[in-house]
Amino acid sequence: MTAPEYAVETRDLTRRFGNFVAVNKVTIAVRRGEIFGFLGANGAGKTTTIRMLCGLLKPTGGEGRVAGFDIGREGEKVKRHIGYMSQKFSLYNDLKVEENLYFFGSVYGLPERQLKTQVVAALERFGLSDVRQEMTGRLPPGWKQRLALGSALLHEPEIIFLDEPTGGVDPLARRSFWDTIHRLAADGKTIFVTTHYMDEAEYCDRISIMRDGRVIALDTPSSLKERLGKATVQDLFIELMRREEVE
Amino acid sequence: MRLWAIIKKEFFHILRDPRSLMIVLLMPLLQIFIFGYAVDIDLKNIRIAVVDGDHSEASRRLVSAFVQSGHFEVRRYVEKAADFETLFRTGDIKGGLTIPQGFGESVATRRETPVQVIVDGSDGNVGQIILQYSEAVLMNFSAGLASQRMQTLVEVRPRFWYNESLESANFIVPGLAAIILMMVSALLTSLAIAREKETGTLEQLLAAPVHPIEVIVGKVIPYVALALLDGLLIIGAGLLIFGVPFRGSPALLLLGTLIYLFPCLALGLFISTLAKTQQLAMMLALVMTILPSVILSGFVFPVLSMPRLHQFLSSIIPATYYLRIIRGILLKGVGWTTLAPEALALLIIGTVLLGLAVKNFKVRVG
Repeated sequence: MTAPEYAVETRDLTRRFGNFVAVNKVTIAVRRGEIFGFLGANGAGKTTTIRMLCGLLKPTGGEGRVAGFDIGREGEKVKRHIGYMSQKFSLYNDLKVEENLYFFGSVYGLPERQLKTQVVAALERFGLSDVRQEMTGRLPPGWKQRLALGSALLHEPEIIFLDEPTGGVDPLARRSFWDTIHRLAADGKTIFVTTHYMDEAEYCDRISIMRDGRVIALDTPSSLKERLGKATVQDLFIELMRREEVE
Repeated sequence: MRLWAIIKKEFFHILRDPRSLMIVLLMPLLQIFIFGYAVDIDLKNIRIAVVDGDHSEASRRLVSAFVQSGHFEVRRYVEKAADFETLFRTGDIKGGLTIPQGFGESVATRRETPVQVIVDGSDGNVGQIILQYSEAVLMNFSAGLASQRMQTLVEVRPRFWYNESLESANFIVPGLAAIILMMVSALLTSLAIAREKETGTLEQLLAAPVHPIEVIVGKVIPYVALALLDGLLIIGAGLLIFGVPFRGSPALLLLGTLIYLFPCLALGLFISTLAKTQQLAMMLALVMTILPSVILSGFVFPVLSMPRLHQFLSSIIPATYYLRIIRGILLKGVGWTTLAPEALALLIIGTVLLGLAVKNFKVRVG
């Protein structure tokens, strides 16, 4: 099922927890270099899907490939080729900015010399050079977010999974964050991003909308809006959520 | 190196968190001073009141035998035993001695003579000890009488081996070592893992191509080092300050301690698979590690005097076996052949706990 142009590809991907089906036969294909928005209400199964794609959770049904590797059997290989930034900017607050970068670089197995140049480059690129010796816990959310992204990119992954990367961050920081995302995509990286901000969804090449564990819409924002006769992704999203409730 | 990076990071956490530093360094010292000095089970100067109904030379000798034992101090003389009551209530005395009228005469004619000792039983342990001391005084006293008049054929001369003077420090230092090692290794490890779950960093870490075993080993090693440091601190304080003997081999004690740390760490990991938050981990650790280790290991209450169920529980607690190992090495100087069954028991308990932890972990991660 691997066509080389797909960075992420799933077929009937399913995850059950006991009787509860968190993710129900999800079939998606994300092209290389694409910014793929993964939308849905809370509890729709977005995070569970991402966790499966990142090799953190084994699927209970269906299959999936990330960077060409099977997510069920080749979790380790998947992990080497992806960057993952979880909902809470999971950094160590009691480590210095620089120490966080060195630590995450080391767990990805970067050799000493490369580690050093990558850390310095990340500090430069994300404007963190001046705070390299600061304790991470003292940084404002927008800075932590940049640090978390920097940490997830040290090993130069082809695919980046971002789970609500902009939660709790001010609009200005959000905007500059998305500029970074676009630059990364222009460099050929694939971005797989979940968000609750519908204006952010407009920046995506394609979006999928999840509800109750299933993908109920998948296309470019403009053709989805056109099809449903809505002016914004926000209206579109609300419409889809309502419809589903009626059914 | 990945493992080294994890170990280093864990040391940063410990060194930068004043709370965990305090648990690691201050707690053992504090506890050893509290237990070592305050909970001195050798009672001295127990205050008693005396009803001397006889006022004879013999009755005065008996009273002075009590005083000379070094354990008792006569607070006052009263008229009748009923007067003890108010003194007990105000806490002036812990015991009362009643010498009946005609005591001297009975002693002189070698008739059996009852002497009454009343003990404040509101503190059971202390009461028990007072009773034992009184019995010892009375036994010596009658032995002295007997030998004055006739040859005593059979005489009991108790002597405690391995802890000749029954110093409480000799009991307490090994027990504290067992508990603090358990606390540092099980409690702190489970807290450290629960903290990473709480902040989400564990997930971030597992998203990297590290093996979960690397993560766990890397997190555990710093606590093993700290536990050993604490062990050294406690035993060192025991030797230097309380004069606890060290009759066995230090290398054997180190080996025994490392073996003990295995079930402790496995228990810590098991707890961390159950607890999602640090608070829950703390509660579970208290209930599952410290309480049983204090109460059921034989540290405070002897295992032999426990009911069956408690004896069984005691037999699945790592501290029970470690207590035998460390007491054996410090006080008796025994060798490894004697301690092999204890070491084996610890390895079995550790393996079972580790199995449970791994199984539980797999269920969670899927």
